[in-house]
Amino acid sequence: MIAASRPRGEAAPSVPALEAMRQAATVTDSSSVPAARRRRSWSALLWVVPAFGMYGVFVLFPMLQSVQYSFYDWDGIGPATPAGLDNWKAIFTQPELLQAVVHAFVLVVFYTVLPVGLGLVAASFIRELRPGAFSTTARVVLFVPQVLPLVAAGIAWTWMYSSDGLVNQVLRAVGLDQYTRAWLGDLAFALPAVGVIGVWVMLGFCTVLLLAGIGKIDPALYEAARLEGAGRVGEFFAVTLPGLRRELVVCTTFTIIAALASFDVVQVATQGGPGYQTMVPGVQIYRLTFLQQHVGQASALAVFLAVVVLVVIWPIQRLGREK
Amino acid sequence: MTTSGLAHRVTRTWILLALMLFAVVPLLSMFTTALAPPGSTPQGLSWPSDPHWHNFVDAWSAANFVALFRSSTLIVLGVVPATVAMATAAGYALAQLNVPFGKAIYGLLLVGLTLPFEALITPLYYDLRSMGLLGTRLAIILPLIGLLTPFGVFWMRAHFLGTEPALAEAAKVDGANTWQTFRRIHLPLATPAWSALSVLFFLSSWNQYLLPLVLVDDPTKRTVAGGLGAFQGQYGTDIVLLCAGSLLIILPSLVIFLIFQRNFVKALMQGAVK
Repeated sequence: MIAASRPRGEAAPSVPALEAMRQAATVTDSSSVPAARRRRSWSALLWVVPAFGMYGVFVLFPMLQSVQYSFYDWDGIGPATPAGLDNWKAIFTQPELLQAVVHAFVLVVFYTVLPVGLGLVAASFIRELRPGAFSTTARVVLFVPQVLPLVAAGIAWTWMYSSDGLVNQVLRAVGLDQYTRAWLGDLAFALPAVGVIGVWVMLGFCTVLLLAGIGKIDPALYEAARLEGAGRVGEFFAVTLPGLRRELVVCTTFTIIAALASFDVVQVATQGGPGYQTMVPGVQIYRLTFLQQHVGQASALAVFLAVVVLVVIWPIQRLGREK
Repeated sequence: MTTSGLAHRVTRTWILLALMLFAVVPLLSMFTTALAPPGSTPQGLSWPSDPHWHNFVDAWSAANFVALFRSSTLIVLGVVPATVAMATAAGYALAQLNVPFGKAIYGLLLVGLTLPFEALITPLYYDLRSMGLLGTRLAIILPLIGLLTPFGVFWMRAHFLGTEPALAEAAKVDGANTWQTFRRIHLPLATPAWSALSVLFFLSSWNQYLLPLVLVDDPTKRTVAGGLGAFQGQYGTDIVLLCAGSLLIILPSLVIFLIFQRNFVKALMQGAVK
């Protein structure tokens, strides 16, 4: 009698990942609940205990352990010896640790800047198309890489970049034989090559999210821009871009986390090599703990990575909240 | 005007086609490679004169796919319903009830949203070892529940903040207690939210790579993605078999996506009209 009459605000769930990220962006500014409805009750705690318990045991507690480990020298088996700030100093003084952090920021260009830029172009083009087979196909095809396991993306692109792979095949076909190489083994090209895999994975996500955002912009704004004589480019900067602020924040947040904390793709494609050319913090932490038994050093890098992500993401989120 | 309009349309179509080509070409290259004669090293993209469909059967048995899919299914079943249920309860309480220390609890959960899995993997390994769970599926299931929880609570809380307060008030007037209000009114209305969350959690469990890689040695007790990693280590030099196996492994994710694709295109269109 009561339940049935509620009008559905938002339609059905759209792409789960997208909707997730969108709500993630909104949630912070919609937390006010009328005080009248609230009665403090200890039984309400029971609703939260299971979720928070699992989170506490398998996330919060290990995080604190990481902080603790980071001040010790430990091989994972014998007794741990206090190491003071040595592990922390090493992050800034040992080139192979510092390099990994630098590479993570280089990957931001590929995981974030390029997909968001190309996604804006693709989304505004798809928007101009009449709804139909081509626009649907474009959307679906571009999004496919996002749903595959990153391991599969790594394997597919390792084959693309290999000596007999498609990249070299195309170069040979157009007579550029002298540029062929094993891309992932090349000192100069390995990192950009890994970056392109990131573009491949993230482009569809950004396109579909931005496209949904463009769909929500009031068409009257476009009409007004056109009446004032704005061209396609003028329209883009005056209407589309400002209208997409929230979607842009969500895209940027999601892809930056993926870039700074990348593991799967790098581990599968290069394992950080050749040398340290594609080493990233995620892979370095894995190697330090499980191959070299430097648990303390791995933990310091892990905590540092978590803090770096927070520090980078926080201002972007604030930007999204400002009106 | 018309010529520039035409030029724009042509450029637009070509750029979109180029981006679509970029998206599918690695998968096409895998596909043609998977059909090449077993043990050969074909060119990146070349249709074999005599496609060897049997490669998929060989890869199926080489990677022990039956065990791998069974294991992944068990892991998904262990993670998704439990996490969605707990996140729904917590999200509901944090949005609609007056939970003691609710703000602090929610604040702590927010920290978990940006936490990279790698930042926790070292202590998790030693914790699970001392619990005696290393090498079992529980070693993947339990941490994954904890790791997915912040996002789930976040998502469900956002949904429950948007529900009409008048509904709960009316139910209370009718004499319903908290549980009845939740069960009869809020939960049915939240179906789109928690079902979307389930799909999302399915994909992130099914595609999970780091946890199985580190916590479980036996590939047949891993997720499909973890198994794929092991498969690559074992057959990395046999590119034909590797491509066939990888395609088999990504098929379920692809099918799930294509099924839900129809729903979300419709939803996006409705959003656009609104």
